Amino acid sequence: MCAMTSAQRVFTTLSHQEPDRVPLALNLVLRGARELGLGMREYFSDPAHVVEAQLRLQRKFSSDVLFGFFHAALEYEAWGGEVVFTEDGPPNSGEPVLGPDQPLSTLQVPDLAGSPGLLKVLRAIESMKAQVGDEVPILGVALSPFSLPVMQLGFDRYMDLLLTDREAFWSLMAKNMAFCQAWGNAQLAAGASAIVYFDPLASPTMTPRPLYLDTGFQVAKETFAGLKGPTVTLLASGRTLGALEDLAATGTLGVGVSCHEDLAQVKAACKGRLTIIGNLNGLDMLRWSQAQAEEVVQDAVAKAASGGGFILCDTHGEIPWDVPDDTLLAVSEAVQAWGRYPLQPARVHA
Amino acid sequence: MDSRTLRFEEALLSMDRLLCRSLLHEAMADDGGLAGIEKVVGPSLAHIGDRWEAGELALTQVYMGGRICEDLLGEFCPPEGPQSAGGPRIGVAVLLDHHQLGKRIVTSALRAGGFRVLDFGQGLDPGELARRVRREPVAILMVSVLMFNSALHIRELREALGEGPDRPRLVVGGAPFRFNPALWQEVGADAVGHTGVDAVHIAQRILEETCAQ
Repeated sequence: MCAMTSAQRVFTTLSHQEPDRVPLALNLVLRGARELGLGMREYFSDPAHVVEAQLRLQRKFSSDVLFGFFHAALEYEAWGGEVVFTEDGPPNSGEPVLGPDQPLSTLQVPDLAGSPGLLKVLRAIESMKAQVGDEVPILGVALSPFSLPVMQLGFDRYMDLLLTDREAFWSLMAKNMAFCQAWGNAQLAAGASAIVYFDPLASPTMTPRPLYLDTGFQVAKETFAGLKGPTVTLLASGRTLGALEDLAATGTLGVGVSCHEDLAQVKAACKGRLTIIGNLNGLDMLRWSQAQAEEVVQDAVAKAASGGGFILCDTHGEIPWDVPDDTLLAVSEAVQAWGRYPLQPARVHA
Repeated sequence: MDSRTLRFEEALLSMDRLLCRSLLHEAMADDGGLAGIEKVVGPSLAHIGDRWEAGELALTQVYMGGRICEDLLGEFCPPEGPQSAGGPRIGVAVLLDHHQLGKRIVTSALRAGGFRVLDFGQGLDPGELARRVRREPVAILMVSVLMFNSALHIRELREALGEGPDRPRLVVGGAPFRFNPALWQEVGADAVGHTGVDAVHIAQRILEETCAQ
Protein backbone atom coordinates (compact mmCIF):
# COMPACT_ATOMS: atom_id res chain seq x y z
CA MET A 1 0.00 0.00 0.00
CA CYS A 2 1.28 3.49 -0.88
CA ALA A 3 2.08 5.74 2.05
CA MET A 4 -0.85 7.93 2.99
CA THR A 5 -0.81 11.43 4.34
CA SER A 6 -1.63 11.76 8.01
CA ALA A 7 -5.07 13.09 7.12
CA GLN A 8 -5.80 10.15 4.82
CA ARG A 9 -4.58 7.76 7.51
CA VAL A 10 -6.77 9.28 10.22
CA PHE A 11 -9.94 9.61 8.16
CA THR A 12 -9.56 6.12 6.70
CA THR A 13 -9.39 4.60 10.16
CA LEU A 14 -12.30 6.78 11.34
CA SER A 15 -14.36 5.23 8.53
CA HIS A 16 -13.46 1.77 9.84
CA GLN A 17 -11.16 0.80 7.03
CA GLU A 18 -7.50 -0.11 7.26
CA PRO A 19 -5.12 2.71 6.26
CA ASP A 20 -1.42 2.11 5.53
CA ARG A 21 -0.68 2.02 9.25
CA VAL A 22 -2.19 2.81 12.62
CA PRO A 23 -2.36 6.60 13.10
CA LEU A 24 -0.51 8.03 16.09
CA ALA A 25 -2.00 11.00 17.97
CA LEU A 26 0.29 12.48 20.58
CA ASN A 27 -0.96 15.56 22.38
CA LEU A 28 2.25 17.40 23.18
CA VAL A 29 0.89 20.85 23.89
CA LEU A 30 2.70 21.45 27.17
CA ARG A 31 5.88 19.90 25.93
CA GLY A 32 6.02 22.71 23.38
CA ALA A 33 7.05 25.16 26.11
CA ARG A 34 10.07 23.04 26.93
CA GLU A 35 10.84 22.53 23.26
CA LEU A 36 11.14 26.29 22.86
CA GLY A 37 12.76 26.88 26.25
CA LEU A 38 9.93 29.12 27.39
CA GLY A 39 7.99 29.42 30.63
CA MET A 40 4.40 28.24 30.48
CA ARG A 41 2.85 31.70 30.64
CA GLU A 42 5.15 33.10 27.95
CA TYR A 43 4.63 30.07 25.73
CA PHE A 44 0.87 30.46 25.72
CA SER A 45 1.04 34.25 25.39
CA ASP A 46 1.73 34.10 21.64
CA PRO A 47 0.02 31.67 19.23
CA ALA A 48 3.19 31.68 17.11
CA HIS A 49 5.03 29.89 19.93
CA VAL A 50 2.44 27.14 20.09
CA VAL A 51 2.37 26.72 16.31
CA GLU A 52 6.15 26.54 15.98
CA ALA A 53 6.49 24.05 18.81
CA GLN A 54 3.61 21.84 17.75
CA LEU A 55 4.83 21.58 14.17
CA ARG A 56 8.31 20.79 15.39
CA LEU A 57 7.05 18.09 17.79
CA GLN A 58 4.67 16.62 15.26
CA ARG A 59 7.59 16.08 12.91
CA LYS A 60 9.93 14.86 15.66
CA PHE A 61 7.56 12.11 16.82
CA SER A 62 5.77 11.48 13.50
CA SER A 63 2.42 12.19 15.11
CA ASP A 64 -0.52 12.11 12.70
CA VAL A 65 -2.49 14.97 14.19
CA LEU A 66 -1.94 18.51 15.37
CA PHE A 67 -3.84 19.74 18.40
CA GLY A 68 -5.11 23.29 18.07
CA PHE A 69 -5.48 23.37 21.81
CA PHE A 70 -3.79 25.36 24.55
CA HIS A 71 -5.35 24.26 27.83
CA ALA A 72 -8.80 23.55 29.26
CA ALA A 73 -8.71 26.50 31.62
CA LEU A 74 -8.97 28.92 28.66
CA GLU A 75 -12.69 28.24 28.29
CA TYR A 76 -13.16 28.65 32.02
CA GLU A 77 -11.30 31.97 31.74
CA ALA A 78 -13.68 33.09 28.99
CA TRP A 79 -16.57 32.49 31.41
CA GLY A 80 -14.89 34.71 34.01
CA GLY A 81 -12.54 32.35 35.87
CA GLU A 82 -8.95 33.03 36.85
CA VAL A 83 -6.30 30.76 35.32
CA VAL A 84 -3.54 29.54 37.64
CA PHE A 85 -0.18 29.14 35.88
CA THR A 86 2.59 26.82 37.07
CA GLU A 87 5.89 26.16 35.35
CA ASP A 88 5.78 22.38 35.55
CA GLY A 89 2.27 21.52 34.44
CA PRO A 90 -0.79 22.68 32.57
CA PRO A 91 -2.40 25.98 33.48
CA ASN A 92 -5.19 25.09 35.87
CA SER A 93 -8.57 26.50 36.74
CA GLY A 94 -8.85 28.32 40.05
CA GLU A 95 -11.98 28.77 42.16
CA PRO A 96 -15.33 28.16 40.43
CA VAL A 97 -16.52 31.03 38.25
CA LEU A 98 -19.59 31.56 40.43
CA GLY A 99 -19.19 32.02 44.16
CA PRO A 100 -21.50 30.03 46.42
CA ASP A 101 -24.01 32.85 46.70
CA GLN A 102 -23.94 34.09 43.11
CA PRO A 103 -27.06 33.09 41.15
CA LEU A 104 -26.81 31.12 37.92
CA SER A 105 -28.52 33.95 36.09
CA THR A 106 -25.35 36.04 36.42
CA LEU A 107 -23.45 33.67 34.09
CA GLN A 108 -23.23 35.29 30.66
CA VAL A 109 -22.34 33.36 27.52
CA PRO A 110 -18.87 34.61 26.56
CA ASP A 111 -18.47 36.56 23.35
CA LEU A 112 -15.63 34.92 21.42
CA ALA A 113 -14.50 38.27 20.04
CA GLY A 114 -14.11 39.49 23.61
CA SER A 115 -12.13 36.45 24.79
CA PRO A 116 -8.44 37.09 24.02
CA GLY A 117 -7.35 33.62 25.09
CA LEU A 118 -9.77 31.88 22.74
CA LEU A 119 -8.83 34.22 19.89
CA LYS A 120 -5.20 33.14 20.30
CA VAL A 121 -6.28 29.52 19.83
CA LEU A 122 -8.12 30.47 16.63
CA ARG A 123 -5.03 32.30 15.35
CA ALA A 124 -2.92 29.21 16.11
CA ILE A 125 -5.32 26.91 14.23
CA GLU A 126 -5.34 29.27 11.24
CA SER A 127 -1.56 29.34 11.20
CA MET A 128 -1.26 25.56 11.50
CA LYS A 129 -3.75 25.14 8.68
CA ALA A 130 -1.79 27.55 6.49
CA GLN A 131 1.34 25.49 7.02
CA VAL A 132 0.05 21.89 6.79
CA GLY A 133 -2.93 22.39 4.49
CA ASP A 134 -4.90 19.17 4.17
CA GLU A 135 -1.99 16.88 4.95
CA VAL A 136 -2.29 16.76 8.73
CA PRO A 137 -5.63 16.93 10.52
CA ILE A 138 -5.93 19.65 13.14
CA LEU A 139 -8.06 18.85 16.15
CA GLY A 140 -9.94 21.59 17.95
CA VAL A 141 -11.12 20.98 21.49
CA ALA A 142 -14.31 22.04 23.27
CA LEU A 143 -15.35 21.24 26.82
CA SER A 144 -18.74 19.58 26.92
CA PRO A 145 -21.60 21.76 28.18
CA PHE A 146 -22.41 18.88 30.55
CA SER A 147 -18.94 18.78 32.14
CA LEU A 148 -18.07 22.49 32.07
CA PRO A 149 -20.19 23.31 35.17
CA VAL A 150 -17.64 21.58 37.39
CA MET A 151 -15.45 24.61 36.63
CA GLN A 152 -18.33 27.08 36.56
CA LEU A 153 -19.97 26.07 39.84
CA GLY A 154 -17.70 23.59 41.59
CA PHE A 155 -18.59 19.92 41.89
CA ASP A 156 -20.81 20.19 44.99
CA ARG A 157 -23.07 22.87 43.65
CA TYR A 158 -23.24 21.28 40.23
CA MET A 159 -24.26 17.92 41.68
CA ASP A 160 -26.99 19.57 43.71
CA LEU A 161 -28.21 21.31 40.57
CA LEU A 162 -28.04 18.22 38.39
CA LEU A 163 -29.78 15.99 40.88
CA THR A 164 -32.35 18.30 42.41
CA ASP A 165 -33.16 21.19 40.07
CA ARG A 166 -33.55 20.01 36.50
CA GLU A 167 -35.11 23.29 35.34
CA ALA A 168 -32.05 25.27 36.44
CA PHE A 169 -29.82 22.55 34.96
CA TRP A 170 -31.39 22.92 31.52
CA SER A 171 -31.23 26.68 31.78
CA LEU A 172 -27.47 26.40 32.35
CA MET A 173 -27.16 23.83 29.57
CA ALA A 174 -28.81 26.22 27.10
CA LYS A 175 -26.06 28.74 27.76
CA ASN A 176 -23.30 26.15 27.69
CA MET A 177 -24.54 24.53 24.49
CA ALA A 178 -24.75 27.92 22.74
CA PHE A 179 -21.16 28.62 23.77
CA CYS A 180 -19.87 25.15 22.87
CA GLN A 181 -21.39 25.32 19.41
CA ALA A 182 -20.05 28.83 18.78
CA TRP A 183 -16.59 27.86 20.05
CA GLY A 184 -16.49 24.57 18.16
CA ASN A 185 -17.68 26.15 14.93
CA ALA A 186 -15.14 28.97 15.24
CA GLN A 187 -12.37 26.38 15.49
CA LEU A 188 -13.75 24.48 12.50
CA ALA A 189 -13.93 27.73 10.52
CA ALA A 190 -10.33 28.51 11.48
CA GLY A 191 -9.19 25.20 9.99
CA ALA A 192 -9.82 22.46 12.53
CA SER A 193 -10.76 19.15 10.92
CA ALA A 194 -12.78 17.88 13.87
CA ILE A 195 -13.65 18.79 17.43
CA VAL A 196 -12.52 16.80 20.43
CA TYR A 197 -15.53 16.91 22.75
CA PHE A 198 -14.06 16.66 26.23
CA ASP A 199 -16.74 15.15 28.43
CA PRO A 200 -15.42 13.46 31.59
CA LEU A 201 -18.85 13.36 33.23
CA ALA A 202 -20.19 11.19 30.39
CA SER A 203 -18.14 8.26 31.66
CA PRO A 204 -19.88 5.59 33.75
CA THR A 205 -16.99 6.14 36.15
CA MET A 206 -18.59 9.50 36.92
CA THR A 207 -22.31 9.41 36.09
CA PRO A 208 -24.81 6.53 36.28
CA ARG A 209 -26.27 5.60 32.92
CA PRO A 210 -29.90 6.58 33.60
CA LEU A 211 -28.82 10.03 34.73
CA TYR A 212 -26.51 10.42 31.73
CA LEU A 213 -29.25 9.39 29.32
CA ASP A 214 -31.57 12.04 30.78
CA THR A 215 -28.95 14.78 30.74
CA GLY A 216 -25.46 14.58 29.24
CA PHE A 217 -26.54 12.32 26.40
CA GLN A 218 -29.28 14.74 25.33
CA VAL A 219 -26.83 17.63 25.68
CA ALA A 220 -24.27 15.91 23.44
CA LYS A 221 -26.81 15.09 20.73
CA GLU A 222 -28.16 18.62 20.69
CA THR A 223 -24.70 20.16 20.76
CA PHE A 224 -23.41 17.98 17.92
CA ALA A 225 -26.46 18.86 15.82
CA GLY A 226 -25.29 22.47 15.85
CA LEU A 227 -21.61 21.74 15.12
CA LYS A 228 -20.51 22.05 11.50
CA GLY A 229 -17.98 19.24 11.64
CA PRO A 230 -17.28 15.81 13.13
CA THR A 231 -16.49 15.09 16.76
CA VAL A 232 -14.63 12.54 18.81
CA THR A 233 -15.33 12.24 22.53
CA LEU A 234 -12.72 12.01 25.28
CA LEU A 235 -13.69 10.98 28.79
CA ALA A 236 -10.47 11.98 30.62
CA SER A 237 -9.41 8.42 31.41
CA GLY A 238 -12.88 7.42 32.63
CA ARG A 239 -14.32 4.04 31.69
CA THR A 240 -16.18 3.65 28.40
CA LEU A 241 -17.55 0.12 28.68
CA GLY A 242 -21.21 0.41 29.54
CA ALA A 243 -21.52 3.69 27.67
CA LEU A 244 -20.34 2.81 24.17
CA GLU A 245 -23.82 2.28 22.71
CA ASP A 246 -24.91 5.64 24.11
CA LEU A 247 -21.78 7.44 22.95
CA ALA A 248 -22.21 6.03 19.45
CA ALA A 249 -25.81 7.23 19.47
CA THR A 250 -24.67 10.81 20.16
CA GLY A 251 -23.15 10.81 16.67
CA THR A 252 -19.53 11.04 17.77
CA LEU A 253 -17.00 9.21 15.59
CA GLY A 254 -14.55 8.03 18.21
CA VAL A 255 -14.02 7.64 21.92
CA GLY A 256 -11.01 7.97 24.21
CA VAL A 257 -10.54 4.70 26.10
CA SER A 258 -9.22 4.32 29.64
CA CYS A 259 -5.95 2.52 30.24
CA HIS A 260 -7.83 0.56 32.89
CA GLU A 261 -9.95 -1.12 30.23
CA ASP A 262 -9.21 -4.14 28.08
CA LEU A 263 -8.79 -2.90 24.52
CA ALA A 264 -9.91 -6.22 23.05
CA GLN A 265 -13.17 -5.99 24.98
CA VAL A 266 -13.68 -2.37 23.93
CA LYS A 267 -12.86 -3.26 20.33
CA ALA A 268 -15.49 -5.97 20.31
CA ALA A 269 -18.07 -3.48 21.57
CA CYS A 270 -17.02 -0.67 19.20
CA LYS A 271 -16.26 -2.53 16.01
CA GLY A 272 -17.54 -0.72 12.96
CA ARG A 273 -19.29 2.00 14.97
CA LEU A 274 -16.80 3.94 17.09
CA THR A 275 -13.10 4.49 16.54
CA ILE A 276 -11.01 3.66 19.61
CA ILE A 277 -8.62 6.38 20.68
CA GLY A 278 -6.17 5.24 23.30
CA ASN A 279 -5.10 3.91 25.59
CA LEU A 280 -1.45 4.34 26.60
CA ASN A 281 -0.96 5.21 30.27
CA GLY A 282 0.85 8.57 30.21
CA LEU A 283 1.99 8.28 33.82
CA ASP A 284 3.35 4.78 33.26
CA MET A 285 5.34 6.20 30.33
CA LEU A 286 7.51 7.98 32.87
CA ARG A 287 9.05 4.62 33.76
CA TRP A 288 8.92 2.74 30.49
CA SER A 289 12.10 1.44 28.93
CA GLN A 290 12.20 1.58 25.15
CA ALA A 291 11.52 -2.16 25.06
CA GLN A 292 8.46 -1.72 27.27
CA ALA A 293 7.19 1.06 25.03
CA GLU A 294 7.46 -1.24 22.04
CA GLU A 295 5.73 -4.07 23.88
CA VAL A 296 2.81 -1.87 24.97
CA VAL A 297 2.31 -0.53 21.45
CA GLN A 298 2.45 -4.03 20.00
CA ASP A 299 -0.17 -5.20 22.45
CA ALA A 300 -2.51 -2.26 21.76
CA VAL A 301 -2.20 -2.72 18.00
CA ALA A 302 -2.84 -6.43 18.31
CA LYS A 303 -6.01 -5.89 20.33
CA ALA A 304 -7.56 -2.88 18.62
CA ALA A 305 -6.18 -2.17 15.17
CA SER A 306 -7.72 -4.91 13.05
CA GLY A 307 -10.10 -3.49 10.45
CA GLY A 308 -9.20 0.12 11.23
CA GLY A 309 -11.16 2.15 13.74
CA PHE A 310 -8.11 2.68 15.95
CA ILE A 311 -5.90 5.67 16.71
CA LEU A 312 -2.99 5.09 19.08
CA CYS A 313 -3.04 7.83 21.70
CA ASP A 314 -2.53 8.25 25.42
CA THR A 315 -5.41 7.55 27.75
CA HIS A 316 -6.05 11.12 28.82
CA GLY A 317 -5.28 13.46 25.94
CA GLU A 318 -2.04 15.03 27.17
CA ILE A 319 1.40 13.47 27.47
CA PRO A 320 2.87 14.39 30.88
CA TRP A 321 5.64 16.93 30.69
CA ASP A 322 8.22 14.62 32.30
CA VAL A 323 7.95 11.72 29.84
CA PRO A 324 11.38 11.40 28.15
CA ASP A 325 11.68 12.11 24.44
CA ASP A 326 13.29 8.70 23.99
CA THR A 327 10.14 7.01 25.26
CA LEU A 328 7.94 8.90 22.83
CA LEU A 329 10.36 8.12 20.01
CA ALA A 330 10.15 4.45 20.98
CA VAL A 331 6.34 4.64 20.85
CA SER A 332 6.53 6.30 17.45
CA GLU A 333 9.02 3.76 16.10
CA ALA A 334 6.93 0.89 17.45
CA VAL A 335 3.80 2.08 15.67
CA GLN A 336 5.82 2.39 12.47
CA ALA A 337 7.12 -1.14 12.92
CA TRP A 338 4.06 -2.95 14.28
CA GLY A 339 1.17 -0.80 13.10
CA ARG A 340 1.58 -1.42 9.35
CA TYR A 341 -1.41 -2.87 7.55
CA PRO A 342 -1.96 -5.63 6.79
CA LEU A 343 -1.14 -6.45 10.40
CA GLN A 344 1.30 -9.26 11.01
CA PRO A 345 -0.95 -12.29 11.59
CA ALA A 346 0.98 -13.47 14.64
CA ARG A 347 0.18 -10.21 16.36
CA VAL A 348 -3.50 -10.01 15.55
CA HIS A 349 -5.50 -10.64 18.69
CA ALA A 350 -7.53 -13.81 18.50
CA MET B 1 -24.64 -7.11 55.26
CA ASP B 2 -27.98 -7.29 57.07
CA SER B 3 -31.19 -6.36 55.30
CA ARG B 4 -31.43 -2.93 56.92
CA THR B 5 -27.94 -2.04 55.75
CA LEU B 6 -28.76 -3.20 52.25
CA ARG B 7 -31.97 -1.15 52.27
CA PHE B 8 -30.02 1.84 53.52
CA GLU B 9 -27.50 1.43 50.70
CA GLU B 10 -30.25 1.29 48.11
CA ALA B 11 -31.91 4.34 49.68
CA LEU B 12 -28.60 6.21 49.45
CA LEU B 13 -28.19 5.28 45.80
CA SER B 14 -31.70 6.43 44.97
CA MET B 15 -31.12 9.55 47.11
CA ASP B 16 -34.17 8.83 49.23
CA ARG B 17 -33.26 10.92 52.27
CA LEU B 18 -36.56 10.23 54.01
CA LEU B 19 -36.08 6.48 53.86
CA CYS B 20 -32.42 6.86 54.93
CA ARG B 21 -33.50 8.89 57.95
CA SER B 22 -36.24 6.42 58.82
CA LEU B 23 -33.82 3.48 58.64
CA LEU B 24 -31.36 5.26 60.91
CA HIS B 25 -34.15 5.93 63.42
CA GLU B 26 -34.98 2.22 63.34
CA ALA B 27 -31.32 1.30 63.79
CA MET B 28 -31.00 3.62 66.78
CA ALA B 29 -34.10 2.19 68.40
CA ASP B 30 -33.01 -1.43 67.89
CA ASP B 31 -29.35 -1.09 68.79
CA GLY B 32 -29.34 1.46 71.54
CA GLY B 33 -28.56 4.81 69.95
CA LEU B 34 -25.56 5.82 67.91
CA ALA B 35 -24.10 2.31 67.78
CA GLY B 36 -27.02 1.41 65.55
CA ILE B 37 -26.12 4.17 63.14
CA GLU B 38 -22.51 3.02 62.98
CA LYS B 39 -23.62 -0.52 62.12
CA VAL B 40 -25.54 0.76 59.11
CA VAL B 41 -23.65 3.77 57.74
CA GLY B 42 -20.05 2.50 57.61
CA PRO B 43 -20.78 -0.82 55.87
CA SER B 44 -23.12 0.88 53.38
CA LEU B 45 -20.53 3.45 52.36
CA ALA B 46 -17.85 0.76 52.23
CA HIS B 47 -19.96 -1.37 49.93
CA ILE B 48 -20.76 1.61 47.69
CA GLY B 49 -17.03 2.39 47.46
CA ASP B 50 -16.25 -1.22 46.58
CA ARG B 51 -18.92 -1.20 43.88
CA TRP B 52 -17.41 1.97 42.39
CA GLU B 53 -13.97 0.34 42.36
CA ALA B 54 -15.52 -2.61 40.54
CA GLY B 55 -17.03 -0.30 37.92
CA GLU B 56 -20.63 -0.97 39.03
CA LEU B 57 -21.40 2.52 40.33
CA ALA B 58 -20.54 6.08 39.34
CA LEU B 59 -18.59 8.60 41.37
CA THR B 60 -21.61 10.90 41.58
CA GLN B 61 -23.39 8.10 43.49
CA VAL B 62 -20.44 7.69 45.84
CA TYR B 63 -20.39 11.43 46.38
CA MET B 64 -24.12 11.82 46.99
CA GLY B 65 -24.17 8.79 49.29
CA GLY B 66 -21.45 10.39 51.38
CA ARG B 67 -23.22 13.74 51.37
CA ILE B 68 -26.50 12.25 52.59
CA CYS B 69 -24.73 10.29 55.33
CA GLU B 70 -22.84 13.40 56.39
CA ASP B 71 -26.07 15.43 56.55
CA LEU B 72 -27.93 12.76 58.53
CA LEU B 73 -25.05 12.28 60.94
CA GLY B 74 -25.21 16.01 61.50
CA GLU B 75 -28.80 15.55 62.63
CA PHE B 76 -28.27 12.48 64.79
CA CYS B 77 -24.78 12.89 66.20
CA PRO B 78 -22.62 15.41 68.04
CA PRO B 79 -21.04 17.95 65.65
CA GLU B 80 -17.75 16.09 65.30
CA GLY B 81 -19.09 12.59 64.76
CA PRO B 82 -20.58 9.74 66.73
CA GLN B 83 -17.58 8.50 68.63
CA SER B 84 -14.70 10.88 68.49
CA ALA B 85 -15.22 14.00 70.58
CA GLY B 86 -11.76 14.84 71.88
CA GLY B 87 -10.06 12.20 69.68
CA PRO B 88 -7.20 12.88 67.28
CA ARG B 89 -7.99 15.14 64.36
CA ILE B 90 -7.53 14.31 60.72
CA GLY B 91 -6.72 17.15 58.35
CA VAL B 92 -7.92 17.15 54.74
CA ALA B 93 -6.71 19.45 51.97
CA VAL B 94 -6.38 19.81 48.20
CA LEU B 95 -2.82 20.71 47.22
CA LEU B 96 -2.55 23.38 44.50
CA ASP B 97 -5.71 22.28 42.65
CA HIS B 98 -9.24 23.50 43.26
CA HIS B 99 -11.12 20.31 42.42
CA GLN B 100 -12.71 19.25 45.69
CA LEU B 101 -14.59 16.09 44.79
CA GLY B 102 -12.08 13.70 46.36
CA LYS B 103 -11.77 15.81 49.50
CA ARG B 104 -15.53 15.91 49.92
CA ILE B 105 -15.88 12.14 49.57
CA VAL B 106 -13.05 11.50 52.03
CA THR B 107 -14.45 14.04 54.49
CA SER B 108 -17.90 12.45 54.38
CA ALA B 109 -16.49 8.97 54.85
CA LEU B 110 -14.27 10.03 57.76
CA ARG B 111 -17.08 11.86 59.51
CA ALA B 112 -19.42 8.94 58.93
CA GLY B 113 -16.68 6.75 60.42
CA GLY B 114 -16.62 8.86 63.54
CA PHE B 115 -13.43 10.85 63.01
CA ARG B 116 -12.86 14.51 63.78
CA VAL B 117 -12.01 16.24 60.51
CA LEU B 118 -10.35 19.59 60.00
CA ASP B 119 -10.73 20.93 56.46
CA PHE B 120 -7.73 23.06 55.46
CA GLY B 121 -9.28 23.95 52.10
CA GLN B 122 -7.98 23.80 48.54
CA GLY B 123 -5.56 25.53 46.19
CA LEU B 124 -2.89 25.46 48.91
CA ASP B 125 0.83 25.45 48.15
CA PRO B 126 3.06 23.09 50.16
CA GLY B 127 4.57 25.76 52.41
CA GLU B 128 1.22 27.32 53.17
CA LEU B 129 -0.35 23.97 54.03
CA ALA B 130 2.58 23.00 56.26
CA ARG B 131 2.26 26.32 58.14
CA ARG B 132 -1.47 25.75 58.62
CA VAL B 133 -0.79 22.27 59.97
CA ARG B 134 1.76 23.63 62.46
CA ARG B 135 -0.80 26.17 63.69
CA GLU B 136 -3.60 23.61 63.90
CA PRO B 137 -1.97 20.21 64.46
CA VAL B 138 -3.51 17.01 63.17
CA ALA B 139 -2.53 13.37 63.67
CA ILE B 140 -3.02 12.52 60.00
CA LEU B 141 -2.99 14.81 56.98
CA MET B 142 -4.92 13.54 53.95
CA VAL B 143 -4.03 15.39 50.76
CA SER B 144 -5.90 15.14 47.48
CA VAL B 145 -4.54 16.21 44.08
CA LEU B 146 -5.90 16.12 40.55
CA MET B 147 -2.93 17.11 38.41
CA PHE B 148 0.27 15.09 38.06
CA ASN B 149 2.51 18.08 38.69
CA SER B 150 0.56 18.82 41.88
CA ALA B 151 1.28 15.26 43.00
CA LEU B 152 5.00 15.86 42.55
CA HIS B 153 4.77 18.89 44.88
CA ILE B 154 3.80 16.55 47.72
CA ARG B 155 7.54 15.96 48.11
CA GLU B 156 7.90 19.61 49.16
CA LEU B 157 4.99 19.27 51.55
CA ARG B 158 6.57 16.18 53.08
CA GLU B 159 9.83 18.08 53.63
CA ALA B 160 8.04 21.12 55.03
CA LEU B 161 6.20 18.95 57.56
CA GLY B 162 9.58 18.02 59.08
CA GLU B 163 10.68 14.87 60.87
CA GLY B 164 9.70 15.44 64.50
CA PRO B 165 7.62 13.00 66.54
CA ASP B 166 4.61 15.23 66.09
CA ARG B 167 4.74 15.15 62.30
CA PRO B 168 1.34 14.12 60.98
CA ARG B 169 1.25 10.98 58.89
CA LEU B 170 0.80 11.98 55.28
CA VAL B 171 -1.84 10.13 53.27
CA VAL B 172 -2.38 10.97 49.59
CA GLY B 173 -5.04 10.30 47.01
CA GLY B 174 -6.26 11.43 43.61
CA ALA B 175 -6.10 10.54 39.95
CA PRO B 176 -2.28 10.54 39.51
CA PHE B 177 -1.96 7.88 42.19
CA ARG B 178 -4.49 5.66 40.46
CA PHE B 179 -2.55 5.77 37.21
CA ASN B 180 0.91 5.38 38.76
CA PRO B 181 0.67 2.96 41.70
CA ALA B 182 4.23 3.66 42.93
CA LEU B 183 3.92 7.44 42.91
CA TRP B 184 2.83 7.80 46.54
CA GLN B 185 6.11 6.27 47.70
CA GLU B 186 8.13 8.37 45.27
CA VAL B 187 6.71 11.57 46.75
CA GLY B 188 7.35 10.44 50.33
CA ALA B 189 3.79 9.80 51.51
CA ASP B 190 3.10 7.34 54.31
CA ALA B 191 0.09 5.80 52.59
CA VAL B 192 -2.22 6.12 49.60
CA GLY B 193 -5.98 5.70 49.43
CA HIS B 194 -8.32 5.59 46.45
CA THR B 195 -11.75 5.73 48.09
CA GLY B 196 -13.44 7.24 51.10
CA VAL B 197 -13.46 3.83 52.73
CA ASP B 198 -9.72 3.49 52.13
CA ALA B 199 -9.34 6.76 54.04
CA VAL B 200 -11.26 5.33 57.00
CA HIS B 201 -9.27 2.10 57.05
CA ILE B 202 -5.95 3.91 56.74
CA ALA B 203 -6.89 6.33 59.51
CA GLN B 204 -7.87 3.43 61.78
CA ARG B 205 -4.63 1.62 61.04
CA ILE B 206 -2.41 4.64 61.60
CA LEU B 207 -4.13 5.58 64.84
CA GLU B 208 -3.85 2.00 66.11
CA GLU B 209 -0.14 1.97 65.26
CA THR B 210 0.34 5.32 66.96
CA CYS B 211 -1.44 4.10 70.10
CA ALA B 212 0.65 0.92 70.11
CA GLN B 213 3.83 3.00 70.04
